[in-house]
This record gives sequence, C-alpha cells and structure tokens, in this order.
Amino acid sequence: MAHSPVPTPVAPAFPTPDVNELTRPYWDGLKENRLMFQKCRCGNAWLPARRECPNCLGTEWQWTQASGKGCLISWVVYHTSYHDAFKSRLPYNVAIVELDEGPRLITNMVDANETLRGDAQVTLQVGWEGETALARFRMTD
Amino acid sequence: MAHDNLRGRYVIAGIGHTAYGKLPGRDTVSLNVEACRHALADAGIGKDVVDGVLVKVPTSAHQFMYGQKVAEALGIQPRVGGAWDQGGAANIQLISYAIMAIDAGQCDVALVCYADNPRSGSRNVYARPRGDDAAYGWFATAAGYGMIHRRHVIEYGTRPEHFGAVAIASRKHGAQNPDAQVRSALTMEQYLQSPWVVDPLRRDDCALVSDGAAAVVVMSAKRAKSLGVAMPVPVLGFGAGQTSWEVPVRKTLTTTEAVKAGATAFAMAGVTPKEVDVAQIYDCFTITVIQTLEDYGFCAKGKGGEFVSGGRIEHGGELPVNTSGGLLSETGMPGMQLVMEGVRQMRGTARLQVPGAKVSLVSGQGGTMHTHNALILGA
Ligand SMILES: [Zn+2]
Repeated sequence: MAHSPVPTPVAPAFPTPDVNELTRPYWDGLKENRLMFQKCRCGNAWLPARRECPNCLGTEWQWTQASGKGCLISWVVYHTSYHDAFKSRLPYNVAIVELDEGPRLITNMVDANETLRGDAQVTLQVGWEGETALARFRMTD
Repeated sequence: MAHDNLRGRYVIAGIGHTAYGKLPGRDTVSLNVEACRHALADAGIGKDVVDGVLVKVPTSAHQFMYGQKVAEALGIQPRVGGAWDQGGAANIQLISYAIMAIDAGQCDVALVCYADNPRSGSRNVYARPRGDDAAYGWFATAAGYGMIHRRHVIEYGTRPEHFGAVAIASRKHGAQNPDAQVRSALTMEQYLQSPWVVDPLRRDDCALVSDGAAAVVVMSAKRAKSLGVAMPVPVLGFGAGQTSWEVPVRKTLTTTEAVKAGATAFAMAGVTPKEVDVAQIYDCFTITVIQTLEDYGFCAKGKGGEFVSGGRIEHGGELPVNTSGGLLSETGMPGMQLVMEGVRQMRGTARLQVPGAKVSLVSGQGGTMHTHNALILGA
C-alpha cells in the first residue's frame, strides 16, 4: 500500500462485561430495557449472576424481570480515573442501588452528582456504551 | 463462646521491622528476612528454636508457595508454616493461629511476618477494576470505602470534621515518630481542603502506600521464661469475624465484623472497652476507625464521629488511638505496625507512651471491611 492514512486519535476502549452462558440473559435483557435478577425456588433473589444460589446452594433459579424501581443506598464521585476510558468523564459517579425485589447492584446515577440524595427512590434508565446496555438509574422523588 | 483458658498464657516475645516508605531494589522476601532478624534479636533468641513461620501474603504481588519461599530465605524448616490471605486482618489472624498451633502442640515458637513493596513496585492492586462493574467505572479499593463512608453519613449525619479528627490524631502522633513515613501534622483546615480522591474520601482520609516489613515472635509465657525473653507481652484475647459479601451486595454498610471479632476477644480477655487504656485501630481510611470503635462498643452505633472528636483519641485523651501514627502516617503497611505499637505500649517503651497502660487493643481489618480481627494485649 503506497498510501497511509493520517492516524486519528482512537478513543480508549471501554471496559466490557464478560458475557457468557450464565450472564447473557442479564446483558441481553438490558438491551430490551428489562433488568433481570435471579430468583430461586427457596425465595432468595440476587445479583450478580451465579450458578448456585448462595442461600440453598441449589440451581433451581430463574431469571426474573425486576420492576426497575429501587432506592439509592450510597454513591461515590471519582475525581481520579483508574482507566483511560473514564478520564474524560471526571468527575463521574458510581452508586449502589437496592432494587425493590431485594438485590443490590453497582450502577451510575444519571442525575447531576450534587443532586444525589441518600435513600432517594430511583428507577431504571438504560444507558448505552457502544454495544453494551448498562443498568443506570435516575431519581424519581 | 470464646475460651478464656488461653488468656495470658501466650506472649508476643519480640517485634521487628524494616524502614518504612520507599525501599527500591528490595524484594518482599528480603524485607521479611530483615524484619524477622530484628524480631528475633528483640526477643533475644536464635532462629534455631523457631518451628513455625506464618506469613501474610504481600498485598501487591501474590506468589505461589510464598510461605515456603520466606522460610527458605530464613533458613528454617518449620513444622507449621505457609502464607495466608484475608487482607489486612491476616496478621492478627496469624498470631491467633500461631497461639492455637502452639497450644495444640503443633509447634513451639512461631515467627509471624509480613512484607510488601507497592510503593517502589506495583500499586495496581489498589486501582483494580471490580469485575463486570468496571463498565460503570467501578474501580479501586478506595471507592468501596467511599461507599461505606457515605452510607455512615446518610444514616447518622457523620460530619467531615469527624473524619478529620481521625486523620488529625494519626498525623499528630506520626509527626512525633522518627520512623514514620509522613511526619507532618494536619490541621482541620488542611484536612477539609485536602483534594478529593473518590468523594467522599479526601486524600487525607486514605492510607499511605508503603514498602516495608514487620515481624513478631509468638511463644508460650512459659517458654519465654525458659528462653529468658526480656519483655514478653501477654496476649489476653483475640477474635475474628468475616462477611464474605462484596460491598455492593452487603445488606448493611455501617456495621462491620468488628462486632463479632470484638465480642470474642473481649470475652476471652475478660475485659470491657472501658478497661482499654490504648488502642491501635486499623485506619486504612478514616471511616474504618469510626465504625470499628462503634462496633467494639466504645460508643453507640452512629456516635463514632462524636466519640473521636475533641481530642479524645489523641495522646493525652481518654482513649489514645494509633499512637505511632497508624496507616495514615507511620506506614501504609496493612496492620503489623499496629500490633508492634500495641506491644510497645504494654512494655512501657512507646514514644508516645500512655502512662500506666495495662490493656492494649489492636484491630486488623481486611479487604473492604470483609474481614476483621481483634487482639487484646496485657502488661
Ligand atoms: Zn435457593
């Protein structure tokens, strides 16, 4: 090839989740705006995905759709980036939300950092990073 | 139910450490050997009597069969040995295991040691992505503690000045310790202006990153007498507790395993928090000190912020805490420095000695408050 193009800056690759047989229903669900969690015959409900129920140790669980409603337990705001993909997003938040169905998960709040309130009611607002749909939340009260 | 039949029957016979801070060119095995050499000299014994070598794994660089590597470098073929990982609580856990092993006749004299070099080596372990949640930007050890800190603020209204009081006490004590890595005292104004790392954590809420090693020698009180150990410090009690849930899925963020560990240790020692004269409380982050003091029962849940204020935890206060500077000032080493200072306080040889101290409490804490160990020493 005689012609070489002028290099253009490449955005740093965003960390992608490990989508496998076990976790696929979770990540595929988000692509269709459904937040899924695992619910066991013993009544236990959890995230993130596991093969065995950490209560009864059995495998008779099903992916179940969450209402998408929950409560803001805590959050942090990063002022240092530990990965190049997040450098341009500083300061960004990472939060813990407890779903009405019980499981807790790591998320981002789409609200402005300085407006976040502990124990606020929140609802799912799926956000996209490339091909990955993420379970983000916004405050509703 | 904790057994009290071990109370006072086992001792920390010797303590030793390397320099703290930045030690380029030293691997962790070499650092461990230096610390053990000093601990044996402090106990006044030779390595020939040592038949237990219990090592906490280096946080920043786990290695296969690490306990045996250290034993080889020490030229010791122990009966009992190996490397243990439960984060920063491992040192006290290993001291507890050493006592139990000696009591069960499995060994006679044990070295318990730790070394790491994240300052001149790699500190990646502290910045690691946290599984699939890295897609949300969830990285680093500090962030997990930040979540816990914020929840304490939400539930109990703990104020920035309360966290500042913890940092100020450690830095005040470290400033008077010639071995400390950071020897500058801190004012409340400086604390409040200290830059965010991961809000709500300011720079001065966070432990130092340090190279260094420390070791202790454990044996029975009887053996210490027969070996002529000059300053044995009796172990009155110990206890442990663990939650194995990661921070995001933990059902409570504000109560820690110090509840279980403390209850077991206090029962074994036959003392109550009121009888503790001096405490070394694991201060990887300021929130840890506040929660640990609450969970041990020094004050009611949620009142830890008030408890640490007004100079109460400074030398000269009601409960001096981290009298050699802790992880915030002396060295970021995960925990053994606290054990050594607890020992010095009982020997009466601490630089910031608490006059007449008879009961010394030490806490260890690992992961993101996943594991907790408590140790109570007597004079
Ligand atoms: Zn189950």
